[in-house]
Amino acid sequence: MKRLAQYRVWFVWLGASGLLAAWLAYAIQTPGQQASFMPGKVTHAHHQIELKCAACHAEPFKGREGIQEACLSCHAKELKAMDDSHPVSKFTDPRNADTLAKLDARQCVSCHTEHKAEITRPVGVTLPDDFCVRCHSDIEKERPSHKGMAFTGCAAGGCHNFHDNRALYEDFLIRHGEGGKLKDDPKLPDRHLRDFMVTMEYLDGEPITASDMDGRAELRPVPKLVAEWEHTAHAQAGVNCSGCHQAKDASDTLAWIKQPDHTVCTSCHKEEVEGFLTGLHGMRLKQGMTPMQPGMAEQPMKPSAGHAKLTCMSCHGAHRFDTRKAAVEACLTCHDDGHTRAYKASPHFGLWHEEISGRGAKGSGVSCATCHLPRVEFTTPEDETRVLVQHNQNDNLRPNEKMVRSVCMNCHGLQFSLDALADGKLIGRNFKGMPAKQIESIRMALEAEKRGAARKAVGDTDETEE
Amino acid sequence: MRKFQVVSTLVAAGVAAAFATPAHAADWDHKDIADALHSVMEADRTVYTKLIVNRLQNQEKVIKASEHWKDDKALVLPAQMFRYGSEAVAEKGAKFSYSLLSLWPVNKQNNAKTPVEKAGLEAVLKGDPYYTTETLGGKKYFTAVYPDKAVAKACISCHNGHKDSPRKDFKMGDVMGGVVLRLPMN
Repeated sequence: MKRLAQYRVWFVWLGASGLLAAWLAYAIQTPGQQASFMPGKVTHAHHQIELKCAACHAEPFKGREGIQEACLSCHAKELKAMDDSHPVSKFTDPRNADTLAKLDARQCVSCHTEHKAEITRPVGVTLPDDFCVRCHSDIEKERPSHKGMAFTGCAAGGCHNFHDNRALYEDFLIRHGEGGKLKDDPKLPDRHLRDFMVTMEYLDGEPITASDMDGRAELRPVPKLVAEWEHTAHAQAGVNCSGCHQAKDASDTLAWIKQPDHTVCTSCHKEEVEGFLTGLHGMRLKQGMTPMQPGMAEQPMKPSAGHAKLTCMSCHGAHRFDTRKAAVEACLTCHDDGHTRAYKASPHFGLWHEEISGRGAKGSGVSCATCHLPRVEFTTPEDETRVLVQHNQNDNLRPNEKMVRSVCMNCHGLQFSLDALADGKLIGRNFKGMPAKQIESIRMALEAEKRGAARKAVGDTDETEE
Repeated sequence: MRKFQVVSTLVAAGVAAAFATPAHAADWDHKDIADALHSVMEADRTVYTKLIVNRLQNQEKVIKASEHWKDDKALVLPAQMFRYGSEAVAEKGAKFSYSLLSLWPVNKQNNAKTPVEKAGLEAVLKGDPYYTTETLGGKKYFTAVYPDKAVAKACISCHNGHKDSPRKDFKMGDVMGGVVLRLPMN
């Protein structure tokens, strides 16, 4: 016994190490306990799911390849849709081995490293400002007009983006360069959901009333709910109680559900729900976590809404499904930043007020959703093109030129749109006023076009020989 | 016993023959594989250019082909069709790669870049393929360059009329560029 006593310190060390190892093993596998392993703060884009390590680090020890798969599981679709100007295939091509040595853009994390708050810049970029120069340092040979431009100006000046240049490519600037502040017929594209559902034979489209309700006995709705439902597009398109409140359970039998969640909405609104789950409003639900609450947000939110739980119903309201309320009032219930607070004094709200008062034409008002949950063309799984609401409010937000085509140009000219989006103070005032300066890209594109036409006329083909 | 020996010898010979059978496949060298891949690419490219673009745009004047085909609701240009195919192959993780390059490209990214591309594009102007090896990013490749000729009016009318085209005097049958195909050698 005495002999063992001399090893007492070692036993204590061994026991303590064992306990520590056991705790670490437990903590690393337990959501909510993983904060101790966080190597640094994550970006605004991912902070909601930062404690679910597996969301990005899908498989332990799989390295960068595993992380890349996780990035693409959420972002592949948008990269494809935006005609990515720097796709991975550009960097895996052996002929571009020299480019790859300068910038390994095969992986998202080469430019967007997480847990590096101290070097993270807008759009989650963690490279220094001069990353364009690595491959395009000789741009002035091809385009003498770019001579002397600052290396920080490529993306900052509203001229180029690394991924999405759909509103910035030269021929687009030339084609739309002559437009003014407002178009002749400024309004939003129409949605035709009911027509689509009827065409695809998902619904017969015949209106139903309270006397046709099929869930009275099972759900026992109070008269207020019945009245609300009766006035919705749901009732007018023939969507009965069972349409939302009945679904197959684990044993594959139809069961009545008191409070349906987003999975029920998916049966008719697949693209909308997919967008919701991809954006900041629904990404926690997508990861199987509890719903997002405004109190968790990094953006300024109203304390009164701190504990609200974000689901489809938070904005749409069960049974009423008032899209106008969802487009403005729902947003203002939670959001409390300067841009939001300035909305009701903006010309955009003025137009919205006119429309909902019945004085403005349909589609002429500009709500929060007009810009942040815009109506855009989707290709459905049936290969049909439809105008739907993009429910990922982040889809067009950063860089904000992504908003130009899908939103601004419904009403405004290209030059005005680019100028306005480049003016941070104007955005803060919710576009009350005029842009402070003009973005140069359209003028440069139009001048290049004139030079090209002149060259064509004289048969000279080299811009550098001018 | 003797019967067993005969049977086992026959089985062994059969197994050996089975393994030996694909020997003719192993006879395919890098050049044969490159030629086979290119024959498919060239055939598909010619079919798209003649039967889709040239017929619908130049002959029947039903629809145009445009670089900005999505915005213009138009046909994809033959060069883009080829590039999208090449990108789809790369996305699938195929070991080989290919691209359509030229000494007179409309898109400057499709200019010759490596010394082999420059030599190859010059060589194929005579009409025959060019084969060599090159090392890129520390890896050795078998590189084949095949002449790409103007097979339809659409090819020359577009290149000769494009504002960014460095050459505007192409004629039918001219070598306008080359398909560069690379196979890794180890």
